[in-house]
Amino acid sequence: MSEGFAKKVANTQVWKAIFRHGPPNNARNRAAVVAGNVFLHLHPIKLKKSGVQLGYTWCMGGLTFFVFLALTVTGVLLMFYYRPTAEYAFTDIIGLREHVPLGIMRELHRWGAHLMVITVWIHMFRVFMTGSYKPPREFNWGVGVVLLILTMLLSFTGYLLPWDQLAIWAITVGSNMAKATPFAGHGGPGAALAKIGDFVMVSDKNDVRFQLLGGRFVGEAALLRFYILHCVFIPLVVAILIAVHFWRVRKDGGISAPL
Amino acid sequence: MIKAAINYLSDPLYSFTLFIILFVLAMKRMDIVGTKKFGLALLIGVLAIFGWMVTDPVFFSVISLPDNIPIIILNGLVFWSTWYALYRGHQNDLRIAAGEQPIEGTPENREKVWAWPNLVYTELFCGILCTIFLIVWAIFFKAPLEEPANPTWAPNPAKAPWYFLGLQEMLVYFDPWMAGVVLPGFIIVGLIAIPFIDINPKGNGYYTFKERKFAIAGFLFGWLALWVYLIQVGTFLRGPNWTFYGPFEYWDFHKVVAENNVNLSEYFWIKMLNVGLPKNIFLREIVGIIFMGLYCVASVPFITKKWGYKYLPRMGAIRYYLMVFLLLGMALLPLKMYLRWFFTLKYIVAMPEFELNL
Repeated sequence: MSEGFAKKVANTQVWKAIFRHGPPNNARNRAAVVAGNVFLHLHPIKLKKSGVQLGYTWCMGGLTFFVFLALTVTGVLLMFYYRPTAEYAFTDIIGLREHVPLGIMRELHRWGAHLMVITVWIHMFRVFMTGSYKPPREFNWGVGVVLLILTMLLSFTGYLLPWDQLAIWAITVGSNMAKATPFAGHGGPGAALAKIGDFVMVSDKNDVRFQLLGGRFVGEAALLRFYILHCVFIPLVVAILIAVHFWRVRKDGGISAPL
Repeated sequence: MIKAAINYLSDPLYSFTLFIILFVLAMKRMDIVGTKKFGLALLIGVLAIFGWMVTDPVFFSVISLPDNIPIIILNGLVFWSTWYALYRGHQNDLRIAAGEQPIEGTPENREKVWAWPNLVYTELFCGILCTIFLIVWAIFFKAPLEEPANPTWAPNPAKAPWYFLGLQEMLVYFDPWMAGVVLPGFIIVGLIAIPFIDINPKGNGYYTFKERKFAIAGFLFGWLALWVYLIQVGTFLRGPNWTFYGPFEYWDFHKVVAENNVNLSEYFWIKMLNVGLPKNIFLREIVGIIFMGLYCVASVPFITKKWGYKYLPRMGAIRYYLMVFLLLGMALLPLKMYLRWFFTLKYIVAMPEFELNL
């Protein structure tokens, strides 16, 4: 009875409009389920057996992507409760604890961010140790390095948002490094030379640190900029580069294996 | 007593040196390191030591901070991943020596399998495990929230996020323009350049050690000694005023470490020649400039003559000299560390007039 019912459902026009192929229990449909699905078509239809073994890949790249998705979901939920102003930022974080029942979204988001940094590092390590940066994957390794930097910047920009002592001073330490950028930071070598007559071209009011923070100190302007960088700009760039990264895995011969 | 000894030996001078010695030994004895016995012994040893250390209330109070949990996770994964990769490499080296294919290259593993269900189910499995892990982590450790942001009062020490603590630790030895901008730039450029510098066709797509010893040793040194290690120091061993504290040492605000760091120019003019520092900036720093010139330029033909001649013809001049340049940049950090520790040297070149101190 139930089997017959399932068959009837599978034969309806609605079902066939959604699932264009039969269940993936034969070669043809296994190919179709991957090639014909917008998400699964990131995958190859077939791949070398070593590429599917956890002992070889450790699944670190996939885990990094998965955590990125988890961070996106939890991040969007957190955006409903958070306002990036000096007046509200801290109290909104307090509110998460007191107003949101079973609220662990902030914990999931924070620990997920840390986990993502870890998995992206281990992924780089695995790729290096298997020599998977060698031809034809040189470019994809470069894309991966950029994604590594962006992951750390994602975590860094998010670090400020709770607007507590840990946040503001951690970012102060980080941004003080930018102050020392050669030629482009007013505290770095070469800044004193960038002068036209008496006009100083690089000062604490216009150098890279000022541009990053929107001011001379980590203040409300910095909070807003980091919020936008963290929630909009960097995730968009990361998403695009992830697409490029995955695409190049597919086009450069799939998961690496001995030639 | 043992704890006092550990506190003493944890000082970067000793622990870094010990780390390098162990690193060199490991690279030389891959036949031991690359075995399951070693992996098991390492696991038991690390767990036993950690389990013992965690019984100390001071150490426990530091490592149990929620924001330090990721570093413990990182440490566990680094221990495992480093050993496992070398173990797999050693296994493949034995197979290759016996005239066989690496494990990843056996006919069985070359066989193609369907992405559905093999790959998709693997990903689902890992995703579920990761979700469970994150939820448990989120339930047991609350995200920290300290006092509201106060620009007028800085906590001591103020620390960057943990993944940048390696850079912050470098600030002990370099000015911010080097530790915060130039060295990170070298790291990024160096990483991107790896596939274009490494022209060794072997080891592509499988674990190995013997076939690419130099590349692995270089990468591991940068990754373990100059990055992960520095994060440990920055996280667990640096307290108020960025003073060193042993892992079992209470972070006492009043601990004072006498440091009288001296510039190279002061060594030369005042201590050696017994005269005052010259007024002219370049004359004053001539020794440092010469030193860096020797280090960056003159050492290259020496390196080539002693070691690089094997690689230069095969790599070509551009690849080779870029590699040497990056290696010299990498070596500058431990060099500066030891100059600081043994000679209390602060700057090789000190030009505060230009904010150019190295």
